[in-house]
Amino acid sequence: MDNIIEIHDLHFSYPAEDEESAPSEVLKGIDLTIKKGEFVVVLGHNGSGKSTLAKHLNAILVPTEGKVTVGGIDTSDESRLFDLRQTAGMVFQNPDNQIVSSVVEEDVAFALENLGVPYEEMRRRVDEALKAVNMYEYRLHSPSQLSGGQKQRVAIAGIIAMEPDCIILDEPTAMLDPQGRKEVLATIHQMNREKGITIVLITHYMDEAAQCGRVVVMDKGRVVLDGVPEKVFSQVDTLKEIGLDVPQVTELAWELNKAGCDISPETISEEECVEALLKLFGT
Amino acid sequence: MAILETQELTYTYSQGTPFEKTAVDHVSLKIEAGEMIGVMGHTGSGKSTLIQHFNGLLRPTSGKILLDGKDIWADKKKIRDVRFQVGLVFQYPEYQIFEETVFKDIAFGPKNMGLDEAEIKRRVLATANDIGLSEELMERSPFELSGGQKRRVAIAGVMAMEPKVLILDEPTAGLDPAGRDKILSHIKAYHKRTGNTTLIVSHSMEDIASFADRILVMNKAKLFCFDETEKVFSRAEEISQIGLDVPQITKVFMELKRRGVDFGKEVYTVGYARDLLLKKLKERAGE
Amino acid sequence: MLRDITIGQYFPGNSIIHRLDPRFKIVITVLYIIMLFTGDSMVCLGIGAVYTIMAMLLSQVKLKMFLKSVKPLMPFLLITAVLNLFLVSTGDVLWHWKFLKVTSGGINISVFMIVRIVLLIMGTSILTYTTSPITLTDAIERLLSPLKKLKFPVHELAMMMSIALRFIPTLIEETDKIISAQKARGAELDTGSFTTRAKNLISILVPLFTSSFRRADELATAMECRCYHGGEGRTRLRQLRSAPRDYIALAVTLLFLAAVIVIKITKPFAF
Repeated sequence: MDNIIEIHDLHFSYPAEDEESAPSEVLKGIDLTIKKGEFVVVLGHNGSGKSTLAKHLNAILVPTEGKVTVGGIDTSDESRLFDLRQTAGMVFQNPDNQIVSSVVEEDVAFALENLGVPYEEMRRRVDEALKAVNMYEYRLHSPSQLSGGQKQRVAIAGIIAMEPDCIILDEPTAMLDPQGRKEVLATIHQMNREKGITIVLITHYMDEAAQCGRVVVMDKGRVVLDGVPEKVFSQVDTLKEIGLDVPQVTELAWELNKAGCDISPETISEEECVEALLKLFGT
Repeated sequence: MAILETQELTYTYSQGTPFEKTAVDHVSLKIEAGEMIGVMGHTGSGKSTLIQHFNGLLRPTSGKILLDGKDIWADKKKIRDVRFQVGLVFQYPEYQIFEETVFKDIAFGPKNMGLDEAEIKRRVLATANDIGLSEELMERSPFELSGGQKRRVAIAGVMAMEPKVLILDEPTAGLDPAGRDKILSHIKAYHKRTGNTTLIVSHSMEDIASFADRILVMNKAKLFCFDETEKVFSRAEEISQIGLDVPQITKVFMELKRRGVDFGKEVYTVGYARDLLLKKLKERAGE
Repeated sequence: MLRDITIGQYFPGNSIIHRLDPRFKIVITVLYIIMLFTGDSMVCLGIGAVYTIMAMLLSQVKLKMFLKSVKPLMPFLLITAVLNLFLVSTGDVLWHWKFLKVTSGGINISVFMIVRIVLLIMGTSILTYTTSPITLTDAIERLLSPLKKLKFPVHELAMMMSIALRFIPTLIEETDKIISAQKARGAELDTGSFTTRAKNLISILVPLFTSSFRRADELATAMECRCYHGGEGRTRLRQLRSAPRDYIALAVTLLFLAAVIVIKITKPFAF
């Protein structure tokens, strides 16, 4: 099986608050498949439905209509809930509100403890997970002594310890400073590259999307753009219209292209931009 | 005369214990009335400690802070008045909201100042307007509002005290691009209307470039530089070395310069870059 | 300000007392309390004092810390001493004025009570000083686990306790922040009339509660996502293993307790 995530015609509504108001539909028919080992960034502004979508991949929410399968498991199948959550782990936005224990290594072990993993096996997996996110030397620290970026890495280790096929990260960098963001992104990329874990990263930071394999843009409960970053970012008009940023270099290339210069609007990295401008102005 | 001035301001945490740490180290600076200032520095650089001195929440270990030329700690009992004159909006200020209605929450500061009802009402409505909160929201519970609206209610709560100096600590943290642009444009509008001195702490040099007259950069408890925006950007290389994010576009122009194509100007916005490049191309075509 | 409070009062270290199995430490502490309350003579207390001093030295925690533990209870100690001094009327009358009189029995009992309480506080402090709160919770959970058969929610209580411990530093930091934010809006917390101060307290408590509920909600989701489903079938990373030193410590304690009991029964020393 090649696809790890399959979403077919997903609709989701929060129940109506009272009899008079209609239920509000947050997701309005989403079709999306994600292959094993992909690094997918889901972009969208607040209220676009991107977090609601993420919650469906871990059965925190189940579809009102349609079907979501992760690793071949239907998310509405309650009997396989633990299997599902081991297949697809979830990292949340607020680093403080997802750490359970007062000792780093015990927090990483939390899921394994719940699953009844025997001690020797647990010890091995916890140590490996901590080393993978580069937090091994902090294993006996209290989370309150850590920076935001370090806390998020501990949260990632807690998921890695379950040895999942896929990690879903719901705006993991929104509350971090630039340093913390860099640390967390580097860790996520490393997990994807070295362990082949499928990554679904929900964010509203464009620059985080520039380095990934595929970008899915959501707006008003629908997928509006889906493709490699170069193709998606060159849709500057659409992105601006739905309230998203475009990387500065892409915007510049797009503007110059519009003014008739010989520069591709599919420029997404600084290096590409520098090369293109050197060509234009080269001596 | 400077509206806000620090003289050799130093602050040491947990003095006399093994955890002793100097967070602000002999900082002297002058801020003129009506300026719009961007404050930068990474976590732990001392910028948050510094701004908490401006309104007397922290008392310097040594050195002085002058507001309108007067030492704010000259009379300890008057420190509360200083807080009304220098308004400070903390990071994620929506978490400080507590009243039943938006109106009451914005009115909390003005009420503490002892103003009369009519004046409170005038100020609340004026600031709500500045920050883009419609009048019908005033009687709603602030807890029902969206994240971005809550943030604006909290900011209005400090603006309504009509401080001479308004300081905002990362007012756009955690917001999406649209929310960020909205808040920044409202703050700019407020600054334009009142002409008050405004300081905005931000991690994003791109945002700072869009509003600041001058930029203050803190690094390792010391004042790294405090200069006009263009001059600070001319030191982009150094700034990126102390671990701060320089706008992508500036990095591109730094690299071009390194590779022999120098435009002789500091570039930090896309619009400016486009105009500059198109002008150059035209000149070359004309040659 | 609030950050200076050290809740749980744990001093990390690597002394023999630190390394004892926390389950044994709890049992030993209980035996210690029994020892102090069984003894009814100065000799018995003397034995208790020798035991306490020995444990304090072995723990390598500074004496200053033990004195600090007694400090908050000083008023209580003084009242107990004064009451006993004047209300006990056995033995020779040493001093009297109007209806007040001090007897040798009164002095004896006052001193006895003070020494007993001081020993009690210092001795039990050794437990909290050398055991981290989270380890302590864990040990209590395991000691009480037989109660699970009686449907007593041992695991749930321990989980609540450890989450509370985890969030204490977070909430202290948050409280600090909210206080600063409201102060910046002119809230008076240490001055002003009682009603304004009460009102201003609300401006701290409401945000604190709202954020705590939000945290609780998010934490619950995060725990579920990591397959939490109560105590059933759970294994633990933290392994408690007893070593010979634990049995030795227990034996020594039992020996001291036995000595106290023997002295209490046979009264070999006239008093």
